Formats: sequence, C-alpha cells, structure tokens
Amino acid sequence: MNEFVLIFRTDYLPEVKFSPDEMQSMMQHWQNWMGGIAAQNKLADSGNRLGSNGNTLQPGSVITNGPYAEIKEIITGYIIIRAESIDEAAEMAKGCPLVVGGGGQVEVRNIVPMNG
Amino acid sequence: MQEKELIPHLYRAEFRKITAVLGKVFGIAHIEVAEDIVSDTFLLAAETWGLKGLPNNPTAWLYTVAKNKAKDMLKHDSIFNQKVVNEIKYSSSELHEIEIDLSGKNIQDSQLQMMFAICHPGIPAEAQIGLSLRILCGFGIEEIAVAFLSNKETINKRLFRAREKLKELNVKIEFPPEAEINKRIQNVLTTLYLLFNEGYYSATRDKVLRHDLCLEAMRLTYMLIENESTNKPFVNALLSLMCFHASRFDARTNPKGELVLYDEQDTRLWDRQLITRGEYYLNKAATGNEISKYHLEAAIAYWHTIKNNDEEKWEKILQLYNKLLIIEYSPIAALNRTYAVSKVYGKEKAIEEAEKLNLNNNHLYHTLLGDLYFTVDPHKALEHLNQSLKLSRSAADKKIITGKIRKLDLEKK
Amino acid sequence: MKEFVLIFRNESVGEIKLSPEGMLAVSNEWMDWMGGIASQGKLVNRGARLGAEGKTVKPGNVITTGPYAEIKEVIGGLTIIRAESLEEATRMAKGCPILNVGGNVEVRDVIPMNG
Repeated sequence: MNEFVLIFRTDYLPEVKFSPDEMQSMMQHWQNWMGGIAAQNKLADSGNRLGSNGNTLQPGSVITNGPYAEIKEIITGYIIIRAESIDEAAEMAKGCPLVVGGGGQVEVRNIVPMNG
Repeated sequence: MQEKELIPHLYRAEFRKITAVLGKVFGIAHIEVAEDIVSDTFLLAAETWGLKGLPNNPTAWLYTVAKNKAKDMLKHDSIFNQKVVNEIKYSSSELHEIEIDLSGKNIQDSQLQMMFAICHPGIPAEAQIGLSLRILCGFGIEEIAVAFLSNKETINKRLFRAREKLKELNVKIEFPPEAEINKRIQNVLTTLYLLFNEGYYSATRDKVLRHDLCLEAMRLTYMLIENESTNKPFVNALLSLMCFHASRFDARTNPKGELVLYDEQDTRLWDRQLITRGEYYLNKAATGNEISKYHLEAAIAYWHTIKNNDEEKWEKILQLYNKLLIIEYSPIAALNRTYAVSKVYGKEKAIEEAEKLNLNNNHLYHTLLGDLYFTVDPHKALEHLNQSLKLSRSAADKKIITGKIRKLDLEKK
Repeated sequence: MKEFVLIFRNESVGEIKLSPEGMLAVSNEWMDWMGGIASQGKLVNRGARLGAEGKTVKPGNVITTGPYAEIKEVIGGLTIIRAESLEEATRMAKGCPILNVGGNVEVRDVIPMNG
C-alpha cells in the first residue's frame, strides 16, 4: 500500500450562506465519507482543517499576507489515505463532499516514502 | 443531544450569544461583520468536525474559533480596525488588548443591550422584528422569510436598510440610563409583543416555526425579567399575557392546520403548565401602582383561561376591555369588547354597540356582526359575512367565513 | 502553542536532475533546517514529501491527470510545526531551503480541535 495526500481546495470567500440544517448535513457528509475510508482501514492520517490566516514567503525575504493567493481557490485542508495506486486514491476522492456538493476540488498526490 | 441535530441546535442556542458579544465590541455599524464571523465559524465547525470528529466541548470550540476570528480581523484588517476605533471611541491600543468576553454574564448583558439597540423607534416595526429574529434569536434569513410570508431577497433588503438606519442614527449598544429605562423599554416590549403575535397569528402554515416565534418572544421577555433593572411589573404582565395566550397554542389549530375559534376549542388541549406560569407572572406584575395595558391584557387573557362560560367571567372581561380602551384604543379591543357585551347583555345590545364602532372596512367587524345577527336576522348576517369575505385577505380567514356562510344556509333550510 | 502547516511549492517537482553530491547537499540543507525546528521541540509532524504523480478530482466526476494545474507552482510537500503565533511560524519558515531555489512556503494556521 502507498500513501497519498488529498488536498482540498475551495473558493477563498464562499458567497453562499448555508442554513444550520445544510451545515448539519454537510458535517454528516464529511463524517460518512471519512468513516467510509476508515472502515476500509485506508485512513492514514485524519489530517487538518486549515484556517484562513496565512503568510506566504517568497525568495528574498518577501512575505505576503494571507494564504497563497495566485488563484481564487485556497487550500482548506488535507488528509492522508492509503491506496494501491493513484487511480484508486482518486476514486476514493470522488466521494468527498467538497467535490460532490461543495464546488471545490481535491488534488491527489503520491507521498514519497521516507525510508527508501 | 442527538448528533444529527447538533449544528442546528448549537446554531439556535449560540449564534445570538456570540453575535451579541462581537456586535457590542464592533459597534452597531458593523453588526453584519459580527453576524458573518459567527456564520463562518459554524461553517468551519461543520467541515472541521466532519473531518476530525466532534470536539469534547463543541460550544467552547465555537467560542474559541469565533473569538480568534474576531481578533484576527481586528489585527489584520487595518481599515476595519480604524473604523471600529473611531466609532466606538476605543484608543487603538485598547482595541488590540480587548478581551472578547464570552462569559455568561457578559453574554447576557450584551444581548440585553443589543435588544435595546435593535428595538429602536428610529426603524420600522417590521424591521425591528426582522433584526430581532436574526440577531437576538439566530434565525436564518430563510426562516424569517417564511415567517413573514416573504422571500429571501426582500428580507435581506429590509434587514440591510434597518442596519444602515441604525448606523446612521449612531445607535449605541448599551443600557439606557436608569432614568430612561421606563421609556425605552416600552419600545422593546412593543417589538417583543409584535414578535409574539407574528408567531401566534401568522398566516404561515409552518406550525413549528410559529411556535418557535412565540417561544423566542417569551424567552427575550424573560431575559428582561431576569435582569434587575428591567424587571418591571409591566414586563411581568407581558410575559404573563404571553403565557396565557401560548397555553392555547395547540388548541387553536386542528390537525389540518386550520384555525379553531375560542368557543370551539377542546379545553383539554389547553396547557395547564403555561397557565400556571402565567398566573405566577401576573402575581409578580401586581406590585406597584401602575396598571399598564399589559396588565389589563394579561388579566383579560387570564379570564379566557377559565373554562366555564358564566356571566361573571364575561362581566370581568367586559370591565377590563373598558379600562383597556380608555388607556389605549385599538380596533381589535373595540371588537372584543363588543363580543363581551353580547355575552353579558345579549346580542341586541351588542349589535347596538357594534354599529357605533365605525369599522366598516375591517373584515373582523363584519364577521362579528355576522355572528351577532346569526340568529337575530339571518339575512343581515349573510350580508355582513359576504362583506367580510370580500374584505378578508388570508386564506385561513376566508375559510372560516365561508364555513359560517354555509352554516347559515343550513340553518335557513 | 498553536499548530501551523508549512506548504512548500516549487515550479516543478522531483524532476531536478542533481548529481549525487548535489542531492546530498540539498538533503542536508533540509535536515539542518528541520533539525533546528525539532531541537526547539516545535516539529509536530515532519509531514510528507510529495512525488510527481498527481490527479485532480473536480465536481461532476471529472478527473484530470497531474498535480493541480491552475498555477505553475506545484506543492512539493508539507510539514506541521508548533508556534505561538503566525508571525513566529513565519519566522521559522524563513530558513526553508526551498526559498533558495525559487520556491515558496505558505504558512497556514491549523484549526485546533480542543476548544
């Protein structure tokens, strides 16, 4: 099994306002998706949800305030999963709430093993 | 707590608390920023908790995240920071050190102060109710739209204009000075009473929502009672009145959601507990010398909770309506007084009184005359009921009037 | 103490051809920088170095091949550190070797779980 990181990307400033019920089902959707991966014993690290604070360092000691902002999407979080191949990992990412209803994207990347 | 209701539950319980505290820190001009920060916090909760599982103490999590968001905003958004400094008259160093205090005491105080700020005579009553629902009760725009039988755009516009107006009037989020409390609180009570009526009489079919509106109005009134400087006899009278009315909430609609008139209600459905609470607050209201309209309305409502229909009951009610009308005229009180007259002195006398009222454009007036003439003069009764049908606007009203007309036809045959 | 994620970006990933000596030197630079953070007890998780394989999953069952391609930079890895503030975390990121080869580091706050 190899490890893959799933990187979540969404709009920096979502304009949609959600009702409490919608947020509730959003939470459940995430829980179910994560639970489904964990149930296959393929969740390596439940990762992190990132806040909207950030700084970006560029060469030459240049610091810009805010998350990396070349594009409208920012990284909102990531998890690490186990899969046989990147195709399997991408298949698993298809069920992510961000892609299904959230209008975001998931970048799937292989992790270079630390020990050889 | 069922986990499947966790976020709506927390939203209803905590949105208003955090918004009041942040709103107080930012000032009325930036109340929407406070609302947005709290909304964002809930959205972040939905995603983070979905990803990482629930925190040990979800409420504490929400407070911490909202507090950090607010602090970050003041720290990183220098334009916003400067505005807040100017408007609230903080010195800018003060603002950096400001503690966003989400203790129970400060939450309570901020909400009460917010209540005084929002229930401001400078903005239209409807907008006060809308803003109260949003900021003091944590209702979503959609729910408010349903409650007002309106749409999201209209409500958003209405709230936007109201916020702008509060900003223009430079309304402060603070307790009015002791000497002014009695005056300022009248407007707060009017809004809370309207909010209650919005739930009690609303034409919207969503019974759960209507019930919620009533409960929210009662909760806010109760907050005034819990606070020493606003615990006035007339506030207790208002809460008593709300309890008595609310006790009939289940009895006044049938399973199909249609209105059941007072005389036809199943009295077993009256909520004894709320009646007892109403009596408790009515007793508490009976201190001091002043008799407000809320005292009189509460007393009238009290007599309506008495099940028997004897003359004594209606005599008391009639006298109370007399006093109420002397303090403050309203068409509905005038009509209700006439109904009481019919119960005490008979229909002929009531018709005589009714015809002096000059309420020809009020459909309830014609409904009342239709009822009074029902056995006395079926022909006239029909005339009035038809007139009432023509003037009435809501489907629920039309249904009731049509029912009466049908009944009249049957009697004639 | 709060946690922060450092996200490393560069124009390309895993394709820089280096001599074995060069590779070792690059590797040592990274080890020195990370060791410095770890020696302060501020390395939470050395994280992951990402390879050149990538796919992007988009709404509507669309999967494109390759790392996220809206921008020319590609994420090369991420590391989690501990710091008092975003400012401190940013200072710690300043020594990151990727800055010497034209890359950049995004420093982001992690949403904590214990309120």
